[in-house]
Amino acid sequence: MPNTKYLVVGSSHAALEAVQAIRMHDSEGSLTLLTRDSHLPYSPTVLPYVVSGRSAPNAVALRDDAYFTQHKVDFVRGKAVKSLHADRNAVELDDGSEIAYERLLLATGASPAIPPIEGIGSVSYHVLRTLDDATKLNAAMKQAKQAVVMGAGLVGMHAAENLVKAGVPVTIVEMAKQLTDGYFDATAAGLIEKAFTDNGAKILTGSRVVKLAPSSLGATLTLDSGATLEADLLLVATGVRANIGFLNGSGALVAHDRGILVDETMQTSAANVWAAGDVAQAKGFFSEDKVMNAILPDAAEQGRIAGQAMVGDPGLRRYPGGIPLNTYHFFGRHAISVGSSKVPEGGEVFTRFDEASGRYLKAIFLDGRLRGIYGVNEFFDGGVMCQLILRGTDLTPVKERFLAEPMKVGRELMSKLWR
Amino acid sequence: MSAYATIAFDAAKCDGCGKCMSACSIQKVGADDTARSRIQIGGSADAGFELALCRQCGDPRCVAVCPAGALSKDGASGVIGWDATKCVDCLLCTVGCAYAGIALDAEAGHVAKCDMCAGAPACVPACPTGALRHVTTARIYNEVGHWEDLFAPGLAGCQGCNTELLMRHTLRRAGPDTVLATPPGCVPGMGSVGFNGTTGTKVPVFHPLLTNTAAMLAGIKRQYERKGREVLAMAIAGDGGASDVGFQSLSGAAERNERIFFMVVDNEGYMNTGMQRSSCTPYGAWTSTTPVGVGKGPAGMPSQGKTQDAKNLPLIMVNHRCEYVATASTAYMEDLYDKLDKAIAASKRGFAYLHVYSPCTTGWRFPTDQNMEVARKAVETNFVTLWEYTPQEGLSFTRRIDQPLPVTEYLKAMGRFRHLSNDQISHIQSKVVENLAFVKQLAQVAKV
Repeated sequence: MPNTKYLVVGSSHAALEAVQAIRMHDSEGSLTLLTRDSHLPYSPTVLPYVVSGRSAPNAVALRDDAYFTQHKVDFVRGKAVKSLHADRNAVELDDGSEIAYERLLLATGASPAIPPIEGIGSVSYHVLRTLDDATKLNAAMKQAKQAVVMGAGLVGMHAAENLVKAGVPVTIVEMAKQLTDGYFDATAAGLIEKAFTDNGAKILTGSRVVKLAPSSLGATLTLDSGATLEADLLLVATGVRANIGFLNGSGALVAHDRGILVDETMQTSAANVWAAGDVAQAKGFFSEDKVMNAILPDAAEQGRIAGQAMVGDPGLRRYPGGIPLNTYHFFGRHAISVGSSKVPEGGEVFTRFDEASGRYLKAIFLDGRLRGIYGVNEFFDGGVMCQLILRGTDLTPVKERFLAEPMKVGRELMSKLWR
Repeated sequence: MSAYATIAFDAAKCDGCGKCMSACSIQKVGADDTARSRIQIGGSADAGFELALCRQCGDPRCVAVCPAGALSKDGASGVIGWDATKCVDCLLCTVGCAYAGIALDAEAGHVAKCDMCAGAPACVPACPTGALRHVTTARIYNEVGHWEDLFAPGLAGCQGCNTELLMRHTLRRAGPDTVLATPPGCVPGMGSVGFNGTTGTKVPVFHPLLTNTAAMLAGIKRQYERKGREVLAMAIAGDGGASDVGFQSLSGAAERNERIFFMVVDNEGYMNTGMQRSSCTPYGAWTSTTPVGVGKGPAGMPSQGKTQDAKNLPLIMVNHRCEYVATASTAYMEDLYDKLDKAIAASKRGFAYLHVYSPCTTGWRFPTDQNMEVARKAVETNFVTLWEYTPQEGLSFTRRIDQPLPVTEYLKAMGRFRHLSNDQISHIQSKVVENLAFVKQLAQVAKV
């Protein structure tokens, strides 16, 4: 059985940051990066731009073979982990072979969650999580006459925008009362919705697809209202589910809930096993409860911490807890959200909305400290805001100025804090 | 690995004029539009001015969170580059950066960041107050980093001492064809002469007496010459060994113009043996033999540190008309390297002397992370002056301080001056002025 000192499963941000962190401290120990994907590492976040054609599929790689050679990384692609045997420090691959490890990182990410709708197995639909998904969707988009997007999260919205720009009539169906629920509030979602409807998209919020059936065009969707929609291109973007199927062999050893439960150094309940990224369920910043915070910056942060922990880097700093961070570009506008959207007890909410320019700002404070900040067409430095939240910086003395000019005042504060 | 140039910002010197932002925007977008500048100055005169600028991080978060591979750090220049053809305008990099170093240029519709203007940042020369500096000292590391380190690892210096830095840099520059003399003092104390029968250097080294260093070294150099071998004969001595008990042999070798290189590491006392005063110890300084508040001084006053002024040994060496005489400081490594080059070259023709001011963490009593700062303050207050002398060119300053800080900025940085009275401080300040005037007069002589 081949064995490796460090085995990293997955090849996106968490895995790549872990590799980097390991190699910062141990330049020689054998390191294997294993992915079920057949491509060089890429980011799921770039896929909507592959769909639109803006990014060429062969130009989105985050690392190339030269990097792996230089850093002595054995990059194995096209092989998936079937079972984890944490009791004997080995993984079993889908081809039946096994790899023994000394330290293992599970950065296996997530896959689209397919809702259990009647008839979903009888129609053909797209999802968007892998590069192959993206190239397929890109090809289908060019032929499509009528598209339906199920789910108005950021993946669904991005794809819908691409379809609109490609001249395909699009309907977005979303269960929640607003678009981008969980990312942006109703006002911001309203601005997003307006941009979409102005560009010809149809939006059905508060609607659920209850039945799917094949039709001459492609598929007929029946909504809970009884109305029906026809589509020759159907995209299911109703969320993701952590890839933890391989735990079947080690289910008892590796504690899991919706994802793999990890501590503040990304270690799982099993010896020699860490997890990071979209597959991990780590503590949130605003509560000790373990949450799924499936966003790119957090995956990178968790991956780095896991790598440092695996390699015994004394520079390791414990995970402070996940803070939601999202940026969203739509029809030439942008939206940024940093921190919690929930208003805690005793919290204060400030909003500022200029209807003419479409500039919207919302900030949530608790005891003079920032908890969350959202802007549409109002640029501020998300990284600076995140630091203000993490550090619990008291903004009471500058609150009025901060709300008027968050970018300027945020920069002043941060520059002082760093000095 | 490379070391990189950087743009340094001194908030205390910034007056918020915004000329850096104008220069940047003109350079980068062809219009004077400070909102589009990649260097952003914020704040106010009352609260102080603040900076938002890409730090060109070694472990950049913006690169780690870019989903499109559009950002990357260039290993040669250190600059984090942005590839417009790969960028998808997602703005995640702005969420990754904690310094506001990459931000949206709303007019362009893309992010924009500092690219150091290909090695000649436009903002720096535009700054009228010196708040922005283009620090290029990294070139020393890039140039000499792969040269052989001729000292053994693990020298036994005090925490925070700069002498290990000085020894390693000097020997690395001197190269393997060197014979080294290290008379009693901190340098052999740190391990140059080694332990248990093995030396601490990778070149021949010997441990002369304090009194005969220059004489022995001159003899050794002559013997090598007789044998037809070209070596650099070099001494690294302390100020005590050079200015006090070793002075007659030093002066004699200089007068005979022996082809040797004599470096003095001046920590202003016999620091290796318990911090006794030397003739280079400055007026007012506490040492173990010029104590404070104990016994009676010569005028019947309680003792308040050293009562005599320091001997200015490098100026005395100028009066030997040596092939090369210079003063240097580890706070100004580029200057030090220039002088090392010149001293080594001059030692092929005759006597070369380099006097390096070396703050002593233990004996001067300052925190161990402050060595460079103390060395820098000594220069910025004109407490010490950096200059060089050759018989052909005379004496010239290599680093003029046009607006010196008051000497108290230097004195208060360490414990050995803590007891000073106002009269003593006035005395020291007047000596600083006098010494500077004296060196300036010598520089005038050179121009005749």
